Amino acid sequence: MTALSLPLALPELILAVGALVLLLLGAWRERTPWAVVDAAIVVLGLALLSVVLTKNATGVTFSGAFIDDSFARFMKSLSLIGSIVALLLSADFMRRQKIGGFEFPALVVLSTLGMCMLVSADDFIALYLGLELMSLALYVIAAYDRDNLRATEAGLKYFVLGALSSGMLLYGASLIYGYAGSTNFAAVAVALKAQQSVGVVFGLVFVLAGLAFKISAAPFHMWTPDVYEGAPTPVTAFFASAPKMAAMAVLVRVTMTTFPGVADQWRQIVAFIAIASMAIGAFAALGQTNIKRLMAYSSIGHMGFALVGLAAGTIDGAEGVAVYMAIYLVMTLGTFAAILLMRRNGAYVENIADLAGLSRNHGGIAFALAMLLFSLAGIPPLFGFFAKWYVFAAAIHAGLYPLAAVGVALSVVSAVYYLKIVKVMYFDPPAAPFDAPEPAAHGVLILAAAFVLLAAILPSPLIEAATAAAKSLF
Amino acid sequence: MIGLLSGLIVLPLVGALAIALVPGDSEAAKGNARWIALATTSLTFLVSLVAWSHFDTSMSGFQLVEQAAWLPGGIGYKVGVDGISMPFVILTTFLMPLCVLASWRSIDNRVREYMIAFLALEALMIAVFVALDLLFFYIVFEGGLIPMFLIIGVWGGKNRVYAAFKFFLYTLAGSLLMLLAIMAMYWQAGTTDITVLLHTAFAPAMQKWLWLAFFASFAVKMPMWPVHTWLPDAHVEAPTAGSVILAAILLKMGGYGFLRFSLPMFPDASQYFAPLVYALSIIAIIYTSLVALVQTDIKKLIAYSSVAHMGFVTMGIFAFNAQGVEGAVYQMVSHGLVSGALFLCVGVVYDRLHTREIAAFGGLVAPMPVYAVALMLFTLANVGLPGTSGFVGEFLTLVGAFQANAWVAFFATFGVILSAGYALFLYRRVAFGVCDKPALLALSDLSRREIVILAPLAALVLYYGVHPQPIVDASAPAVEALLKGFHDHLDSVKAALN
Repeated sequence: MTALSLPLALPELILAVGALVLLLLGAWRERTPWAVVDAAIVVLGLALLSVVLTKNATGVTFSGAFIDDSFARFMKSLSLIGSIVALLLSADFMRRQKIGGFEFPALVVLSTLGMCMLVSADDFIALYLGLELMSLALYVIAAYDRDNLRATEAGLKYFVLGALSSGMLLYGASLIYGYAGSTNFAAVAVALKAQQSVGVVFGLVFVLAGLAFKISAAPFHMWTPDVYEGAPTPVTAFFASAPKMAAMAVLVRVTMTTFPGVADQWRQIVAFIAIASMAIGAFAALGQTNIKRLMAYSSIGHMGFALVGLAAGTIDGAEGVAVYMAIYLVMTLGTFAAILLMRRNGAYVENIADLAGLSRNHGGIAFALAMLLFSLAGIPPLFGFFAKWYVFAAAIHAGLYPLAAVGVALSVVSAVYYLKIVKVMYFDPPAAPFDAPEPAAHGVLILAAAFVLLAAILPSPLIEAATAAAKSLF
Repeated sequence: MIGLLSGLIVLPLVGALAIALVPGDSEAAKGNARWIALATTSLTFLVSLVAWSHFDTSMSGFQLVEQAAWLPGGIGYKVGVDGISMPFVILTTFLMPLCVLASWRSIDNRVREYMIAFLALEALMIAVFVALDLLFFYIVFEGGLIPMFLIIGVWGGKNRVYAAFKFFLYTLAGSLLMLLAIMAMYWQAGTTDITVLLHTAFAPAMQKWLWLAFFASFAVKMPMWPVHTWLPDAHVEAPTAGSVILAAILLKMGGYGFLRFSLPMFPDASQYFAPLVYALSIIAIIYTSLVALVQTDIKKLIAYSSVAHMGFVTMGIFAFNAQGVEGAVYQMVSHGLVSGALFLCVGVVYDRLHTREIAAFGGLVAPMPVYAVALMLFTLANVGLPGTSGFVGEFLTLVGAFQANAWVAFFATFGVILSAGYALFLYRRVAFGVCDKPALLALSDLSRREIVILAPLAALVLYYGVHPQPIVDASAPAVEALLKGFHDHLDSVKAALN
């Protein structure tokens, strides 16, 4: 167990070395920062390959601080896919908006390295290190468009609130260490089994608060709308996808493997966070006119739905969360790709009203976006329905009938604003057409729409992978 | 190898894909879309007739069953038909070509998208009636909302956005409760296979919750009073063919759901809640008939009459006897033909005058004699005149209800009188009287295309009015088996109590 086995951390090593190489490459070819984006995609792709191709059983290294199991691999691949697609989407945007610099791709890779560390963390110190590496890079990226007032405001807000939440998490972790006598997840679980202590539960509350901030679950969601709206759109796509995968993964791992002994306590907290997030996501989004801001509330709501699976606290629940995050990732990236196609006379537009009559001018884009929106609303036969099926089925299995009933009621409310966008695209008279679609975003949009439309025909590979991932936690 | 029933689901989707692959918005592209849609729906109808010819009406179980692995954990793809679902499959495939024809000229805007939406809707509707896996059923049941939402919202009338949202949200809210019930049933039985669930005994206390959750969904779909308010809006705003599909097929999913799930799977709860259903049915029959009397919009009047007629269906189903249930099936098929035909008749004059106000018409018998005859026939069938298919269903459900509860039948009979009232009142105001409006005098009678659409409906309405055997025979064994299981279960519960 204490043996140092570097191959287990191969994806992280690739990312760490890759990030350094990218910085060198960037310094050497400062005139063509876009080559660095391509190189970053290659680095992330290699890391993804090394994650996907690994098939070995659970392994622990770095003195028990790092764990490599199916669950970690599943969630890491989601994070890596999110990072890769966000970089693909960013190249064209950055060029058009004249936001230069090779640091952006390098920061994305560093942040992704933090995510992978976070997903594999088996110790509170490793958890904190991974979280900070991820977050510090994210703070910089949020304000990357530094001459833009909204972007700098977003970066600052994110940093101040993020630092506060990190502090809370650290405080909680230190309480747990003080009462359980160890920072290692497994050791804490053993200590808890021997003796329940209020101090540990107290610490757990702070840890949950810190992690809830990172997945932007209510009531720690305040930063999300401003940051989503202010940050450059590809950065928002990145924020909405990759970091959430990692933070949700560690939330599942901490609660399910470290604190099964106090499950009744944390399940209540998670159920409350789930309901609050679903409600805020549903009601606050109704009045939004900016589509990025709307997607911020939408993502808050989706985190609430995913947490319904966690509140079940069972193996089905973990499986449900894994399925939910995978499908949410595709839907979110596809929707942001569509938002990036909203370009009129060379300028990016972000209002829902700008989509008016899109089905007349760009039938294909409108259809793809409509499918993604119906899928986000969880309407079958689109794949988003299956995400909801697995988390709610887990909640029903665990006997959480009121939570499930509240959840489906709120999903009707959230359907309203997705339908409103469909209405604007299909029922309203057309506005001026958009500029010719940019190939990368167009391709991402079509792939994502094809996925939500057709994956229901052959869903078992994804579901089985999620089942295996959930099993490795127990 | 794809079987017959899977073929019925896939065929319209292939047609939709073919239309999607023919690009352009030119006249030629529109023509192509129309012809491909007509060919696809006709072919689907022929295949459904082949399926019918392979269907053994003397057997009560599921036939033409196909299944395939789908999701891990006992959730599979499974389709099959029995005597209750077969008539609805045929009804769906029969009406679709007529709907395409009815939209031939009246839809001239985004024809390709329209036909794609209709073909997708057809595939989903057929799938609803043949689904033998509960999750698959739910997916296609709910999936139909998307094309219908677009059909109402894109090609509908003035107030289409409101109607489309109301339709979508009402139905979604009802269905999601059913989804939770499906999950609970899944964990209890370990599978969503309907044939297994039909033989799973759920605890009576649990049955009541499950029944209520399914009821929420089917009552909205049916629609039953007081959750019927989406229907008049949706009907009025939808394009003609959309109204036809709504009235003729989508409403039937509610009644079909009661027969397929509520009665056989939750017999104790069905028995327990029967008085509730009776009460709501009677209110629907009498109240909505009265509301229909004061309507000034033709489509709205027919929509309210649909709610009243569906009241007879729910009453018949919850009479729990052969006459009632067979009458309900018959009434649903007949109402599918009659209300579909009535909406098509409204479409005929709407295409010419672009109004549905009853006051705008009068004395149509003079300029449009053939139309007046057709409208007369369908109006009388709607009233339930003996000799038309409408009579058989109403009569059987009343006989069934009378055996179960004489008071229920007594009150429901008022609906028969009231329906004669509003239907004949409508006919007098539209067809009779002095034709003094110049716009009306210039109207042309039914075109050849319109005759082709209405003639088969008229023939079937009359044929099934005098010869109800084909539908009754087809559904009888399945209905008998359903009721036998239902009463055996209740008897065994009673025996256990004594």
